[in-house]
Amino acid sequence: MNEHIHAKCEELLGSLSAYIDGDLAPALCQELEKHLEECDNCRIVLNTTKRTIELVHSSVEKSDLPDDVRERLFKRLNLDDFLQSNPNQSSNDR
Amino acid sequence: MPNEISLEKLMAGDRAEFARLVDTYSSSIYRLGLKTLGHPQDAEDVLQNTFLNALLHLSTFEGRSNIATWLYRIAANEALMLIRKRRPEVSLEQETQQDEVESLEGVKPRVFGDWSGLPEDELLSSEGKKLLDTAIYNLPEPLRIVFVLRDIERLSIKETADALNLTETNVKTRLVRARMYLRERLSKYYVERLSEEER
Repeated sequence: MNEHIHAKCEELLGSLSAYIDGDLAPALCQELEKHLEECDNCRIVLNTTKRTIELVHSSVEKSDLPDDVRERLFKRLNLDDFLQSNPNQSSNDR
Repeated sequence: MPNEISLEKLMAGDRAEFARLVDTYSSSIYRLGLKTLGHPQDAEDVLQNTFLNALLHLSTFEGRSNIATWLYRIAANEALMLIRKRRPEVSLEQETQQDEVESLEGVKPRVFGDWSGLPEDELLSSEGKKLLDTAIYNLPEPLRIVFVLRDIERLSIKETADALNLTETNVKTRLVRARMYLRERLSKYYVERLSEEER
């Protein structure tokens, strides 16, 4: 495990996040990609950051609102008469 | 979204439309509470208070942001209020954190080992999920709420900024820090596991 990080890496670290989101200005994107070709550590940081975000996304897609929580919410909002209809059950994840 | 919520109906007090609004966003708002506060009862409080407030203030909604961003703004405020209520003693420490979260100083990775090729069922085992949830919950509060809105609820940078009354630059900076922090936490754990497997 190499714990050393160069000044150039540090300078480009702040751009990794925007790079992952495809939101980096072309010139900086090119500079970063050139650096990634030469720097193992930054490539690892990029791969593992990307994977971290993917894991967060995958773990979230499997969650839903528990029925008892929905029931109490509808009662609190005096919407008991609409408890039976839940047309958006499978489409409420953005 | 297949059937868009009608603002006109909501404003006219249509209860069926409000029920549809609740069903459309309740999972997301509940999850926001759960990931931000780490406890189902707190998440339920955030959920109920968000829609009670929405019902109460619907007439003041001006449509400058979309209804989802407006709901997230209410939910984020509710979550932040609960965090402060639960831990009032950390306010001074968080003032210090505030300066730190606005800069990129200190975002230095220390663990280098590529665990990204590990299979997803191993990374998302019950132990893996617990590690991830704990790491998210342990993010400093100003980073956590940004991360939850952007990377869990998948709001855009602009929507996140609108919901939290932050600039887009602030959101981006906090997001980098949050992602780096989580990467570091996960890396510590999985790199150790990889080296154990190699032994």
